[in-house]
Amino acid sequence: MKLVIAYIRPESLPAVKQALFEREIFKISVTNALGCGQQKGYHETYRGADIEVTLLKKVRLEIAVNEDFVQPTIEGIIEGAKTGKIGDGKIFVQNLEECIRIRTGEKGNLAIG
Amino acid sequence: MEKKKIYINSMFLLLILGMLTGNLYAQDSTAVSASTVGEAALITLSESLQNNLNIVWTCIAAFLVFFMQAGFAMVESGFTRAKNTVNIIMKNLMDFSIGSIAFFFLGFGLMFGTTNGFFGTDHFLMAGADVAGKDWDWTFLIFQTVFAATAATIVSGAMAERTKFTAYLLYSLIVSALIYPIFGSWAWGSLFSGSGWLENLGFVDFAGSTVVHSVGGWIALSGAILLGPRIGKYDMEGNAKAIPGHNITIAALGVFILWFGWFGFNPGSTTVGDGDIGRIAVTTNLAAAAGALLAMVTSWLMFKKPDGSMALNGALAGLVAITAGCANVSPIGSLIIGASAGMLVVISVTVIDSVFKIDDPVGAVSVHGVCGAFGTLMVGLLDVSNGLFYGGGMKLLGIQAIGVATGFIWAFGLGLILFVILKKTIGIRVTEEEELRGLDIGEHGMEGYSGFQIFTTQ
Repeated sequence: MKLVIAYIRPESLPAVKQALFEREIFKISVTNALGCGQQKGYHETYRGADIEVTLLKKVRLEIAVNEDFVQPTIEGIIEGAKTGKIGDGKIFVQNLEECIRIRTGEKGNLAIG
Repeated sequence: MEKKKIYINSMFLLLILGMLTGNLYAQDSTAVSASTVGEAALITLSESLQNNLNIVWTCIAAFLVFFMQAGFAMVESGFTRAKNTVNIIMKNLMDFSIGSIAFFFLGFGLMFGTTNGFFGTDHFLMAGADVAGKDWDWTFLIFQTVFAATAATIVSGAMAERTKFTAYLLYSLIVSALIYPIFGSWAWGSLFSGSGWLENLGFVDFAGSTVVHSVGGWIALSGAILLGPRIGKYDMEGNAKAIPGHNITIAALGVFILWFGWFGFNPGSTTVGDGDIGRIAVTTNLAAAAGALLAMVTSWLMFKKPDGSMALNGALAGLVAITAGCANVSPIGSLIIGASAGMLVVISVTVIDSVFKIDDPVGAVSVHGVCGAFGTLMVGLLDVSNGLFYGGGMKLLGIQAIGVATGFIWAFGLGLILFVILKKTIGIRVTEEEELRGLDIGEHGMEGYSGFQIFTTQ
């Protein structure tokens, strides 16, 4: 079991969801996130004064998958989120110790699938 | 009618004066001749009172119509996404500001100056008005300015969330300076120094269902077609997807403000302070109420739930539709017009969205274009003196149809030409990247809701 965490552009989310659905990955958590990498931010102005926006709006995806779905998940995220420009985001893959479905008490691969 | 009113007014004033000067009269043998002189003076006084009353009422109505700008700003920002709020507000602020100045310089003269048969040719910059005096001209100018700005501001909603700001600024100028005033001169020119072929035919558009709302709605239609839909509005198969507005509270406030402002828009169009104010307020209010109610019922039947945004649109649809006939139909007639408009707007929004695949985020084309045309036609049926249902025959209906068709051809045609020119020169649509991120950042470099967490994923 792996936990795939990805930070992507907010506006890429519909495309990423679409790409994941095509790979039969339906279970996903999305939260708003702020962050920055190489992109460094952009300028806003407010009443003539500059604002340096260094933390950019991103969304964070968390997808828990069984081993055979790890690669499709990564491919799906890349397909949806890649523009080729700085700011597309990153994907992290972690080992997942345990997963329990609250409603039934199922554990492990069964709970994820 | 008018004479009778003056007579009653002067009798009332005589009575008061009589009570004040009663003692003097009793002692004076020349009381009879004095009262004749007094009556003449009182008639003058009462005429001047009526004149001032007309000015005060017309100005109050103008200020109410101005407040409708706030209504439009709230409706449009509420029905669109949070990431485009600054842009919508700026468009509403600027079309009024540019429109006011353009109408003063050019529009008013084209609309109300002495006509050359096609448009007015004098009174630009209010030449001829008494600069120092308490001239009626100034009252009339401010009243007509807020009407012109109403026509201009309708368009921003239909073109929301994807239009280049510079293109919108230029559009505002052309509409308020040329497109609206020239059509207006055909229907309303004789209210001042002009004269128009539509009004000479007998075209009835009391407060502007066609002149203001349809014209705005049809220009909006041309803009929405040329812009194309927002990203994500239609899926791969072309099915319409909902892009929900971000603040229904604000949209509802906007609708109530518009409803309130309409009590200036319609009753104010008499420009006379008398009992017609109340009568027209009643027809206006009944139509709005029936519009909201029937839009709710229609959406309930069509979508299984009473849709809040449709009911709000329904109130506006009723108001737009009654605007043409508010002074000429009975209260029952206004209920019929409002109720039909309420049903029509729900169907129209759905058809434009799903069949024609034109993306109109706030339903401006349906509310103002379709219901404006519909309301104008209904005058042909329900006008209490000449309407078809009151034994007036087909004549008025035919004239109304000519007016509606002319309005469509003029506004939609010129709208297409204008937006095609803008598209070929400066461009009318923002880049895909900017649209996704939101026009607030892209066009204005600031956010509408700084410090709030907003999902900008749609």
